[in-house]
Amino acid sequence: MKKYKVSTTISYPVKGAMGRTGNWRVFKPILDKEKCVKCLRCWIYCPEATIIRNKDDTIDIDFEYCKGCGICANVCKVKSIIMEREGKKE
Amino acid sequence: MTSVMIDTGNYIAAKAAVMACPDVVAAYPITPQTTLVEGIAKYLGTGEFKGEYICVESEHSAMAACIGSSATGVRTFTGTSSHGLLLMHEMLHWAALARLPVIMCNINRVVGPGWNIWADENDSISQRDTGWIQFYCSSNQEIFDTVLQAFKLGEHEDVSLPVMISYNAFILSHTSMPVFVPNQKDIDDFLPKRVAKWKLEVENPITFGNIILPHEYEKVRKEMQDAQNNAKKLIPIIANDWKKRFGRFHGDLLEYYKCDKADYILLSMGAIGAESKVAIDNLQKNGHKVGLARIRVIRPFPTEEILKLSKKADLIVIDRNISVGNEGAIFNEIKGALYGKSDSTVYGFIAGLGGKDVTFGDIEKMCRKAIEGKVKDHQVWYGFEEV
Repeated sequence: MKKYKVSTTISYPVKGAMGRTGNWRVFKPILDKEKCVKCLRCWIYCPEATIIRNKDDTIDIDFEYCKGCGICANVCKVKSIIMEREGKKE
Repeated sequence: MTSVMIDTGNYIAAKAAVMACPDVVAAYPITPQTTLVEGIAKYLGTGEFKGEYICVESEHSAMAACIGSSATGVRTFTGTSSHGLLLMHEMLHWAALARLPVIMCNINRVVGPGWNIWADENDSISQRDTGWIQFYCSSNQEIFDTVLQAFKLGEHEDVSLPVMISYNAFILSHTSMPVFVPNQKDIDDFLPKRVAKWKLEVENPITFGNIILPHEYEKVRKEMQDAQNNAKKLIPIIANDWKKRFGRFHGDLLEYYKCDKADYILLSMGAIGAESKVAIDNLQKNGHKVGLARIRVIRPFPTEEILKLSKKADLIVIDRNISVGNEGAIFNEIKGALYGKSDSTVYGFIAGLGGKDVTFGDIEKMCRKAIEGKVKDHQVWYGFEEV
């Protein structure tokens, strides 16, 4: 990676460049792996790339950086992702 | 081989811009800038301009496109005027804070209402705090030479700031004068391809304009200030280099005209600056010891040079602008430059707003009033008060 010496704001691509955005979350996506049909719409739409695509096209969620925006739940055709308030008792 | 071209300020600026070989021009037409961008479009048609011409839907978009273009490391030019410049205001800050050397001609025109397209410097004066370097020209030859010098200055690694070249509406933008135009090879030798301080590129992905914390932001501002101070040193060097190569010189930060042994120095700029030379000739013929220091650059402000002048003479300032609620911007800044370091008196005049003609006769009258001690210690509105 080329590093520039310049007095303006330049950012380089690193994981979590904006800090641990998982701290921002109010609602948390809960995935029901039984219902998931591996369509990968959530993986395409997630604005923060926090949907992890596994080799067999199943998914996991990176909660270090997931901000809880709910887009994945919104685009899921089979409602395999639902949003739940953080800290809610099981 | 140098050739002579007889044309208007706008067409001359278009010629100069095209000879700088910009990769991108993005502009939106506005009177009185229109013929400048039409001129560049004409060169696109003839094939002399080999870059991309981006037609946009507003001046805000024009400057945004220029920022994007300049961020990819290529040479970028645009032009605007008055309300167009004011619509760019947010993007002007962006260009300067991102340290992108966009070069722009601004044709000084009245801000409405009342609707008026004539010369007045309030448009660019109101953009003093954006971080742009600001030149003011007084002839078509100076427009040509300054546009090319501006690319060299703004793109210099110690500066890396956008540069605005202002000239008065119609008096210069639509008036034909003969201009010496050097050949392309000599211009290329003076102004090689831009080497960007940083750039957006596919192979090396970065982005810019992200969040930074307070102590880091302050550093960004401080380094902009340092860059403006570097420009102050470079402007005379570049002007002298131009003189050596092409034999023409319009001054560095200021242009001095018959200042030797003067007891009074007139400070004016733009078209009034050119007219002032005739007034100085007449005043000196009549035994008045008045010289002229025409201001070419207001950002960076020539504080030290003006302070030096004030050691030998009292100063007379003509502003074609008004910071409403205070006073003329140049009058105000000159007094700031002198504060605590000079006992010289500064006389201020507001003249020529709304494109009102300021002839050499008017300038002589203002100088005489100041010399005869008839100006009180406030700024006089020429034509309104007893002057």
